[in-house]
This record gives sequence, structure tokens and C-alpha cells, in this order.
Amino acid sequence: MAKYRGAVIVDAERCKGCNLCVVACPAGVLTLAREVNGKGYHYSEMARPEECIGCANCGLVCPDAVITVYRMNTKQ
Amino acid sequence: MTAEITEITREEHIVYRKTPALTGNVMHYCPGCSHGVIHKLVAEVIEEAGIRDKTIGVSPVGCSVLAYNYIDIDWAEAAHGRAPAVATGISRLHPEKYVFTYQGDGDLASIGTAEVMHACNRGENIVIIFVNNAIYGMTGGQMAPTTLVGQVTSTTPRGRDVKLNGFPMKITELLAQLDGTTYVTRQAVHTPPAIRKAKNALRKAFENTKKDKGTSFVEIVGTCSSGWKMTPVEANRWMVENMFPKYPLGDIKDI
Ligand SMILES: Cc1ncc(C[n+]2csc(CCOP(=O)(O)OP(=O)(O)O)c2C)c(N)n1
Ligand code: SF4
Ligand code: SF4
Ligand code: SF4
Ligand SMILES: [Mg+2]
Repeated sequence: MAKYRGAVIVDAERCKGCNLCVVACPAGVLTLAREVNGKGYHYSEMARPEECIGCANCGLVCPDAVITVYRMNTKQ
Repeated sequence: MTAEITEITREEHIVYRKTPALTGNVMHYCPGCSHGVIHKLVAEVIEEAGIRDKTIGVSPVGCSVLAYNYIDIDWAEAAHGRAPAVATGISRLHPEKYVFTYQGDGDLASIGTAEVMHACNRGENIVIIFVNNAIYGMTGGQMAPTTLVGQVTSTTPRGRDVKLNGFPMKITELLAQLDGTTYVTRQAVHTPPAIRKAKNALRKAFENTKKDKGTSFVEIVGTCSSGWKMTPVEANRWMVENMFPKYPLGDIKDI
């Protein structure tokens, strides 16, 4: 149904696990991983990738600029 | 990665990524620190205006002392509170450059009060970016002039008491009274809409430099989750509930 499909790539090694992207996501896509990165932070990852609409809210709020957001029009 | 995600994450589908004006160095800030978001906005505005080689920043003493490691432009680093004086010199020698200071509330509203007052009063053609997190972040969370009444800090363990410590200083409103300031605004970066607005305010401030309009002053109310002893998410909530009533967002002056 959705016209747009989105996805994000988080640079996990640079993520500080602040959780700001998780609460900013309107679609409940993101979560902090159980695993930690090299610095000991629970990094952000897509728990429900199929829900992502590519709105870029997560990218905007990330203080460390570690999220790249993609959006694809599926009605082409 | 599933085949579908591989399909979506193709280069031509990128809608948001780190601006090239950020150096790529890992920022030393605590997780969730507002300084990171504000750096990103400053870098994006400079990149999008195509003025990277025409912009000179002056960094402060405070957590953002190392800002020059993160935004890929020319920088000077000023003694504590003296960034507006350093920016005055640079801007007068290089009137064709975009000169800005980046200062915390301890730096700008405490030790540097005289410098910022007089730079604004002279109407120096610069941008002043003022990050108000109501605390001295760098040195361990001491009271700042902007600390709220009752706010617990390491030097006000029972909360700021006006009898002992005076009142929170709304220096932005004070500076708006001076004839040298052309644009004075207060913004925040806690939500995507607030971030977009803050970016527009920064863009306008840099455009004012081009028009030689005088001093543009952009306060950004931010969090210091380490100093406030909260998670970044709690800190944003605390800021909305406690900081915004005292430091309301919006333009204060625009001429
Ligand atoms: C002359 C001088 N006095 C005091 C200090 C100690 N000092 C370093 S940073 C700072 C205040 C920083 O607070 P703020 O400007 O609010 O920046 P933040 O870290 O909160 O971003 C102080 C008092 C110093 N470095 N130099
Ligand atoms: S792009 Fe939007 S929907 Fe997708 S993860 Fe980020 S905030 Fe959530
Ligand atoms: S906002 Fe950025 S640093 Fe914070 S958890 Fe999300 S990806 Fe990591
Ligand atoms: S101490 Fe506060 S202002 Fe400094 S980096 Fe940490 S959160 Fe940011
Ligand atoms: Mg401060």
C-alpha cells in the first residue's frame, strides 16, 4: 500500500546509543541493539525495517550524524 | 540485508546524510549532546550556501572548544568569553568573510558578558551562536548565569537560590535592546520541526552578514544530559517543561 519505502543505514561503530533517533521515529522502526559496539554503546538498528517511510526524522535528530536515510517511490 | 533493503539503499535514494562540511572526526561530546546537532546545522548551512572557503569560526572555552575539529572551515580559538572580540578583529580585517562565534552560556553570559555586549552594541557584522544549556558542561556542571531558579548543579546542590545566586539571566533579550543587533532569535533542536526552524534561523543570520546588516544573534536552548544527570531523552523533556517557560522560543528582533 505504502507509496514510499524507506531504509536507514546506521554507522554502528560511531553511534553513541543516545536513543534520540529511536524516540523521534514516528513508525517505531528503530531500537537500540542488545549488542554493543567497540566503544560499549548499544547502537541503533532497524528492528522493523518494513515500517520505515524514509521520513529522515532519525537522521535530523542524530547528534553524531551517523544515520543515512533512503527513500524510494514504489509506485513508479 | 534483505534484497529489498539493498534495493532501497541505493545511492540515488539518499534523502539525508552527513554533510561534507563536517570533517568526519568523531565528536568528543557525550551521547545525545545538543552541541552535535547544532554543529551539524551550522555545517549544513555553510555547505548549502557554498561559503566554506569564505567562513571563519571562532570557538569558545567550554565543551565546544574543539569545534574546529568538526566543521571543515577556517577557525580561531578565543580565550574564555573573548570570541566576540576576536571575531570583531577578523571581520574588520576581512569584511568579505562570514565570521561567527560559537559560545556556551558560561562563556558568553558570564566571563564574556562585556565582550558580547560591546560587540553587539557596535553592531559588528558577525553571527553569534549562543548555546544555552543552563550549566557549565565542560567543567563538571557548575551553575551558570542562565541556570534556572531551583535547578540543582554541582555548585547549587540544594538548587539555585535567588537570595544567594541571583536570577537566571535572559541575555538574549538584553542584547535585543542594543541598536547594533539586527536579528535576535531563540531556537531549540529537540525535535525535527525545531531543528528545521533552527536551521532557517542560522541561514538567515549568515545571509544578514552578506547584507552587512550588523550583528545576528542566535540562541539555541540545548541540553547537557551529563551535567543535568539525565538521559538525553529525559533531558529534552526537562528542557521543554522547565527551560522553555523561562526561555521562550521565537524571534525577538528582526529588522
Ligand atoms: C579564564 C578561565 N576561567 C575559567 C575557566 C574554566 N572553564 C572552562 S569551560 C567553563 C565554562 C563552560 O561553560 P559553557 O560556556 O556554558 O559551555 P558548555 O561546556 O556548557 O557548552 C569554565 C568556567 C577557564 N578555562 N578559563
Ligand atoms: S526514516 Fe523515518 S521512519 Fe525510517 S527509521 Fe528514520 S525516523 Fe523511522
Ligand atoms: S541518534 Fe545517532 S548516536 Fe544516538 S542512538 Fe541514534 S544513531 Fe546512535
Ligand atoms: S558535558 Fe554537557 S555540554 Fe559537554 S559534551 Fe557532555 S552533554 Fe554536552
Ligand atoms: Mg553551558
